[in-house]
Amino acid sequence: MTRITVTVDGASYTDEVEPRMLLVHYLREVVGKVGTVVGCDTSNCGACTVHLDGRSVKSCNVLAVQADGREVTTIEGLATNGELHPMQAAFHENHALQCGYCTPGMIMQAVDLLNENPNPTEDEIRQGMEGNLCRCTGYHNIVKAVAAAAGASERSDA
Amino acid sequence: MTAVDDRPTTEIGTARRRKEDRRLVTGRTRWTDNIQLPGMLHLAMVRSPFAHAKINGIETAEAKGAPNVIAVMTGHDIADIQGVNITAWPITPDQKSPDHLPMPLERVAHAGEIVAVVVARTAAAARDAAELVDVDYEELPAVLDLKAATTDEVLAHPDLGTNKSAFWQLDSKAGGTGGDIEEAIARAREGGIVIEREYRQQRLIPAFMEPRSTVVDPTGEQVVMWTATQAPHVLRFCIAATTGLPESKIRVIAPDVGGGFGGKLQSTPEEFITLAVARKLGKPCKYTETRSETMVSAHHGRDQWQKLTLTAEKDGTVTGLKVELLADLGAYAALVGGGVPVLGAWMFNAIYKFPAYQFNTTNYYTNKTWVDAYRGAGRPEATYAIERLMDELAAEVGVDPLEIREKNWIKHDEFPFTTVAGMTYDSGNYEAATARAKELFGYDELRAEQKRRRESGDPVQLGIGVSTFTEMCGLAPSRVLGSLNYGAGGWESASIRMLATGTVEVVTGASAHGQGHETAWSQIVADRLGVPFDSVEVLHGDTQIAPKGMDTYGSRSLVVGGEALVRAADKVIEKAKPIAAHLLEASVDDLEFSAGQFTVKGTDKGIGIGDVALATFAAHNYPEGVEPSIDADATFDPVNFSFPHGTHLCAMEVDTETGATRMRKYVCVDDIGNIINPLIVEGQVHGGLVQGIAQALWEGAEYDDQGTLVSGSFVDYTLPTTADTISFVTDHTTSPATSNSLGTKGVGEAGTIASTPAVVNAIVDAVRQFGVDDILMPCTPERVWKAIRSGGGTQDAATTPAQQAHFDEGTPNQDPAAGTTDGVVQ
Repeated sequence: MTRITVTVDGASYTDEVEPRMLLVHYLREVVGKVGTVVGCDTSNCGACTVHLDGRSVKSCNVLAVQADGREVTTIEGLATNGELHPMQAAFHENHALQCGYCTPGMIMQAVDLLNENPNPTEDEIRQGMEGNLCRCTGYHNIVKAVAAAAGASERSDA
Repeated sequence: MTAVDDRPTTEIGTARRRKEDRRLVTGRTRWTDNIQLPGMLHLAMVRSPFAHAKINGIETAEAKGAPNVIAVMTGHDIADIQGVNITAWPITPDQKSPDHLPMPLERVAHAGEIVAVVVARTAAAARDAAELVDVDYEELPAVLDLKAATTDEVLAHPDLGTNKSAFWQLDSKAGGTGGDIEEAIARAREGGIVIEREYRQQRLIPAFMEPRSTVVDPTGEQVVMWTATQAPHVLRFCIAATTGLPESKIRVIAPDVGGGFGGKLQSTPEEFITLAVARKLGKPCKYTETRSETMVSAHHGRDQWQKLTLTAEKDGTVTGLKVELLADLGAYAALVGGGVPVLGAWMFNAIYKFPAYQFNTTNYYTNKTWVDAYRGAGRPEATYAIERLMDELAAEVGVDPLEIREKNWIKHDEFPFTTVAGMTYDSGNYEAATARAKELFGYDELRAEQKRRRESGDPVQLGIGVSTFTEMCGLAPSRVLGSLNYGAGGWESASIRMLATGTVEVVTGASAHGQGHETAWSQIVADRLGVPFDSVEVLHGDTQIAPKGMDTYGSRSLVVGGEALVRAADKVIEKAKPIAAHLLEASVDDLEFSAGQFTVKGTDKGIGIGDVALATFAAHNYPEGVEPSIDADATFDPVNFSFPHGTHLCAMEVDTETGATRMRKYVCVDDIGNIINPLIVEGQVHGGLVQGIAQALWEGAEYDDQGTLVSGSFVDYTLPTTADTISFVTDHTTSPATSNSLGTKGVGEAGTIASTPAVVNAIVDAVRQFGVDDILMPCTPERVWKAIRSGGGTQDAATTPAQQAHFDEGTPNQDPAAGTTDGVVQ
């Protein structure tokens, strides 16, 4: 067992974990952040996407011990004071989710995408989101939501 | 008041943003795997790596001794209570159905079947110990190929003596709904057109995003099962019918469920085993599968060979259609199982006026994962076949594919129309949907571009695919299901509870898992009762909260469940009326109800339904002879199916040099009757489209010759991504259904049913000029390229310098070794 200290959604957690434990299992089973979910076992689906020090990672592809001393943001830490993050609001407004299982990962990836490229074209959105699978929406409204969120932040910056 | 203010504002038809979203976008979710209970144990399954094998023995001692392992059980340990995974639809009285034990004791019939279960304090400990269970298998010959199964040379279940499950036929002459198909074929062979084709419906995997999970708590008086299911009510019935647990002792809860698409309507071995283990140990147990387990053990879809004979006059007027299906059920008859191909029986004739028709399906067992309903269930297969055939007929006659369809389809003034398969289509307008689709698509411009590319010998050719589909939704009138030997009815139930403080609880027997029922149901009830949208709370997916239900599949929730809701609301109003009249000191006959208010005709006296609810709750003052309650229940049994239709147009670019395809444009105009929430409808269409497109282009469950599912993970089973797909153009025409008072038809499966043939037709249209008339799905670049080559193709055409600019003097990448496989210049 290894002792790690991780900041998750602004709070600090110190735990003894098995070195083999995946970050996603640490988040779900130890910290109780069950908003982050597991959709596959081959790192294809992206449902478990979180931010590690501000960049998106598939948390099934990171060991919990690698997060030691670092900061994790999950879907549960995105809204502030009950106010939805603009990307969460854009997903709601554009009906970019149906069953909602891929949604946490989609939103975390989309936020990272816009951090890197605040004004993506449709093609850049489609390339930037291709690591996250959705079976319900056909992606149409997800792409629309990301574009809308980009447009909204552009307007608010102006 | 002005005329504008007089317009009723209705919830129905409004693009309400979903109530469900707030929780889902913030991660405040209750997936089954999120549930933790005190002392809960975790299960890991030991699965057979062999497609067909005898179990000679299972050595569990080492696993039992592993850290934190509580128990290891085999089929023998739970044999008395494990129950059976039953089929609800033996399609003929003599259908052969092998017993399907959740955990077989003696023999496994497909790879992935469970032979032992490890129970431990953590999921990781259970999985580690599962590796230590040593099973002594004796491999048996396996039958894997559907056509090989028909020969009975190798048997999937030796005790059955045959691989054939059942044969089922629908014949228009025998049924009195049309002519003799053999006569039509004989006539066409003399002087007409006969199109004979064999199409393959490859095996697909539903691939819902949430892996299945089940938690069972046996510690109360009732056993509670939370499970990722579309069908909690059906599941409870199956448990009660086979495990010895009385139905009243079982509570099944479908909490947040992450997609289903038919894939979660099953009652599964995993659910039954988790239940049995929890009951044996008296402790809460959880089983959550890995994705790789989903792929190999959750039921698959499609998997048919379709032998088709279409006959027509020389001018393209169809005279008959004969359908002969071989359907692969996999190792067992699943819940709907053998009935899935039968669901296509009424749909091969689609929107057309065929005088003679015969449908035949013969279902077979193989040693592969079981097959059941996947989005569309029987109808995508039918639509694919007929829409591909109509394109072939158009090519044979030498006319535009839309022209051949128009010549044969039911005209808008011919509804209601009883088809050659015996279904009565109540409403539709194929002309209107097609005209709108052509306009949005820019049909003529794209045809012109196609011609230009053909004439100039462009290496990238353009194809245009058409699919004018219909489907039957709203499973189903109970008497129809009964006449087909289905094990249950097709009604749906709703209850409305008028709470004292003004909110309204709506209980539905439908079980949503992404469809947005909470929003749409709220809109219907808000309109009907005149209460605010936000005051309506929709409860579902729990057999104790919603005690009656037939659940969600077959595009039935709105057309059947929505109508139940309307009827319950009308009962609420009827029950509230005498109490309102009493409170208003008026006669019931003088009362009117509108926008949530009871008013006395000709006066300004009135009372809101919420006030009536509060007064009824207090019950201090209500009339004699009525009960102090305005709550109501309704159960609706439809009298007919509903028949959505639409015209889908797809433009595909095909690179004739590489076989790669690219979707240029996709337009669909669907007629799904009246729309409750256009936003939700659009979402259903988009998602459906991509699942159908995925069958055409990317997906297929592939087995090797040992019976191992080689496309057994998301690495190999290639779901489409954002980068593979495009944005769609969707629109609607509206012919309200007459089978329910909302005029709705159902939309959940429409996109999937329609889109597959539109895409394949487009690809074939692009390369038909090279002598190609079919490409096996999924139409991978390799298959497209090979088809072009074998059909003649472009291989002999001279290569122009423009096509090989990289060989020009002075351009980059002119490494002399480039293009050789080993880096050596030859």
